[in-house]
Amino acid sequence: MTFDEKYFDIGRLDRLSYRDTCVHHLDPRAKVIATMLFLITVISFPKYEVVALAPFFLFPVLLMTLGEIPVRFIVKKVIAVSPFAIFIGIFNPFLDIRPVAVILGVPISGGWLSFLSIILKFALTVSAALLLIATTSFPGVCHALRRLGFPALFVSQLLFLYRYLFVLMEEAMRIIRAREMRSFGSRGTGVKVFVRLIGILFLRAVDRAERIYYAMLSRGFQGDIPDLKRSRIAFRDLGFMAMTIAFLAVFRFFPITERIGRVAQELFR
Amino acid sequence: MSHHIVEFKNVFFRYPDGTEALNGVNFRITHGESVGVVGANGAGKSTLLQHMNGYLMPTSGTVTIGDLTLTGKTKREIRRKVGIVFQNPDDQLFMPTVFDDVAFGPLNLGMDEASVRERVRKALGMVNSLALQDKPPHHLSCGQKSAVAIASVMAMEPDILAMDEPAANLDPRSRRSLITLLKTFKHSKIIASHDLDLILDVCERCIVIGSGAVVADGPSAEILSNKAFLEENNLELPLSFQGR
Repeated sequence: MTFDEKYFDIGRLDRLSYRDTCVHHLDPRAKVIATMLFLITVISFPKYEVVALAPFFLFPVLLMTLGEIPVRFIVKKVIAVSPFAIFIGIFNPFLDIRPVAVILGVPISGGWLSFLSIILKFALTVSAALLLIATTSFPGVCHALRRLGFPALFVSQLLFLYRYLFVLMEEAMRIIRAREMRSFGSRGTGVKVFVRLIGILFLRAVDRAERIYYAMLSRGFQGDIPDLKRSRIAFRDLGFMAMTIAFLAVFRFFPITERIGRVAQELFR
Repeated sequence: MSHHIVEFKNVFFRYPDGTEALNGVNFRITHGESVGVVGANGAGKSTLLQHMNGYLMPTSGTVTIGDLTLTGKTKREIRRKVGIVFQNPDDQLFMPTVFDDVAFGPLNLGMDEASVRERVRKALGMVNSLALQDKPPHHLSCGQKSAVAIASVMAMEPDILAMDEPAANLDPRSRRSLITLLKTFKHSKIIASHDLDLILDVCERCIVIGSGAVVADGPSAEILSNKAFLEENNLELPLSFQGR
């Protein structure tokens, strides 16, 4: 994927949040809280847990279906960041070789189980976070955080990150294009030039920051980014949170999957 | 009742690196006037504009807006009176959606929710951009961005409107609608630009800046038709005066 294509791909996550579904209509705060609880629950499982994690895929799948978010898009994004999780877990099978189970005659070591558990947790948490943004929009999440009591400074940093990510990328794109046009197929004389490009990008960003600050002062900025309260927690938001909490509690504290498995074994014996 | 007067008296400004940007600027703009500020690159136009709402403070001399003299204390009050529209709308639109951006100024003025919404609606309506209000600025075209940038300043309901190269980066049609729009504003207007035709269309008065000082000040039609003088100052006749 070239730089340009990547750039236009980022805008897509954004556009998804313009849709008009019941998930998009939920109060951002409800979604933020639900997603946080979901993340905490998933992470709280012990390191060899695999089976009990499976039902948690219901949460992202439901959000995805009700929110009409294309599955392929989310899967692609999850795969794109998966190397981080894979590198964290890749050595587990070699370090933890104590066999814990035998499946179809092949002994499975504890390392493989914990590796699998890491991957599952990773897929669950990342897809939940992506879906939160895809159904709420990044600014929506930021305003929700602010209203939930996060520090103003932190939230305004996030808002600026989001707003100027695109501007900065466009700036980088222009520099890279200019280099490519004059490097005639070769890699633009390598690292030395690249380092300088980064430097120029940085200087331009500093200049821009100053101009933005000027623009903010001109409009009466005093340290906090004000926000209109445009949503109220409605009955359906409480309902959504209650359902999420019930769902998380049930699958966290009762070994439902195991029981279903047992029942199935009984039936087919 | 304060009259919307902008007065520069013997204003000098030196940048920290020693560049003398303004060397004794004098002018007075009265209520409801629209004035074009022209000059070569680096003549000091932008520096001049940045003095109008106290982003830069004169090294010596005084700037008076209405009945207030620019000092550290009056800065805030002056920023309410003078709205500045920047050359690059990306610098001006820093909020994640158009609505939030236009609402930023009024919210900072401490207005309540209903009147903020009303202000935003009015300002966006003025530049025909109501349909854009939920969009993030990075999905807008350049023309739309500059319209929204103007709205974000108009929402503060300033007495005086100052603009830095408002028509840069606009296609001819967007430029034309900008000119029509500017003509409808009853504010005192100060427009710094290289687009001499725009100045000729919108401003009845024109100030020419050269190496940090006022070199000419008078009716636009008179100054902008003086070929020899314009060329002396790295400018040329507006296209509408150039016979083909």
